[in-house]
Amino acid sequence: MKTMVYIKDVVTLKLNQDKCNGCGMCVKVCPHAVFNIEMGKAEIVKQDYCMECGACALNCRQAAITVLSGLGCGCATGIIENYFAGNRKDCGCSSC
Amino acid sequence: MKQKNRQMIIGTVNTPIREIPQVATKLYWGAVKVRWLIGRDHYLVAPGLYATGKPDESSDVFVTANYKLSFDHLRKNLDGIDAWILVLDTKGVNVWCAAGKGTFGTSELVHRIKVTRLGKIVNHRKIIVPQLGAVGIAAHLVKSLTAVCPKPIPGTIKQSQTNINPRILGEIVDHGFRVIFGPVRAKDIKAFIQNRYQTTTEMRTVTFNFSDRIKLLTVDIVYARYKLFAAFAIMFLLSAIDPQGVNLIQAINNGLTAMILITLSYFTGILITPVVLPYIPVRMFAFKGLISGFFLSGILFLTGDLGVGYFGIAAWFLLLPAISSFMTMNFTGASTFTSLSGVKKEMKIFVPIQIFMVSTGLILYIINNLT
Ligand code: SF4
Ligand code: SF4
Repeated sequence: MKTMVYIKDVVTLKLNQDKCNGCGMCVKVCPHAVFNIEMGKAEIVKQDYCMECGACALNCRQAAITVLSGLGCGCATGIIENYFAGNRKDCGCSSC
Repeated sequence: MKQKNRQMIIGTVNTPIREIPQVATKLYWGAVKVRWLIGRDHYLVAPGLYATGKPDESSDVFVTANYKLSFDHLRKNLDGIDAWILVLDTKGVNVWCAAGKGTFGTSELVHRIKVTRLGKIVNHRKIIVPQLGAVGIAAHLVKSLTAVCPKPIPGTIKQSQTNINPRILGEIVDHGFRVIFGPVRAKDIKAFIQNRYQTTTEMRTVTFNFSDRIKLLTVDIVYARYKLFAAFAIMFLLSAIDPQGVNLIQAINNGLTAMILITLSYFTGILITPVVLPYIPVRMFAFKGLISGFFLSGILFLTGDLGVGYFGIAAWFLLLPAISSFMTMNFTGASTFTSLSGVKKEMKIFVPIQIFMVSTGLILYIINNLT
């Protein structure tokens, strides 16, 4: 099944292939199949599908991946509530 | 909470450590109520270890959150499987969101493994975590933090030190738990086990199809109702204004009309737009909501429901799309593919537009009442 693509070219996901050892963990944890292992190295194949959840960066023991992740999901309600409540890292909405 | 737990517990399973509660794998109607937030706060499961079927020391361990829906979902899908369920304390929040907040995280998992003495109950060192939990759980850290070596690691464990291999500190007694990330959806668990604990791309990928969207809507609608009441109150107040001062009959008449119109745009933003999400050919949620809001205003204009005054009609053409846009923008939190950078970008563009539309709309509404 196809997932939907959100806004293009905004995602902060970055991969440093020099540090990568091709363990494949990023492929296993990504919910949007953003990575692929090619010739013993990870590569980003679907950058725009990334939702910046941060699972790959957290689980890469080589620290080859960086991404600015927020609440685990991009959420306008969360951003608004954070804005008014001063950055508490909690969205507090029930849908999440 | 105690009572709820008792309902689903059907027996106990003996282990060398203690008796573990055995839970039913058939559900009752509790899940339906949670969707509508009825007594949602009571839908917690006590953290700890549970059993489905008659597990022994070689049975699999599945990890979940202590949100009752997550737990129920898991046990239902473990029907016919002898397994252990390790429930983490996520304060009643589901796996994904708790992982984002860090409560479904490495330290809670390590803590829970230790307090339940899981290492004494099972003889293997494999623990199955739902893949969406990877947002909060670092597999390699869980392994090194649950490893046991005779010499304790000196000092407190800092983030930078946690991936120290315990091997170098002495002979290891326990290699620690290896986290295996299981399928996103609990219904794939049996296929996952058959596939020798390997997830396929399908099992790993989050979808966002029609039924997913419908399920999320119910929670969203009930949650956002307070904003709606605030809007009603404002419109009743503004409707009272007339050239002679205050007109209560007009307040009630126009206020009621306003209430209906606002409700319509509210549902357009929160219900209709999300349902037809993929078919509106722009990417930004706020823009999608704006478009469907304009459609709504157009329809209402043609049916004559926006009134007759030019200013009034113009006011509604600004207010209704703005409300719809705002509500759809908030749906980003419930969707499963929006990135934080993306949401920030669209908010930067659309929040000023929404504010402008609402304030201009309200001014026009007042002018309409005064002329
Ligand atoms: S998890 Fe890190 S080291 Fe492993 S393949 Fe991915 S980028 Fe490379
Ligand atoms: S941040 Fe999440 S969605 Fe983006 S690549 Fe990493 S795991 Fe995939």
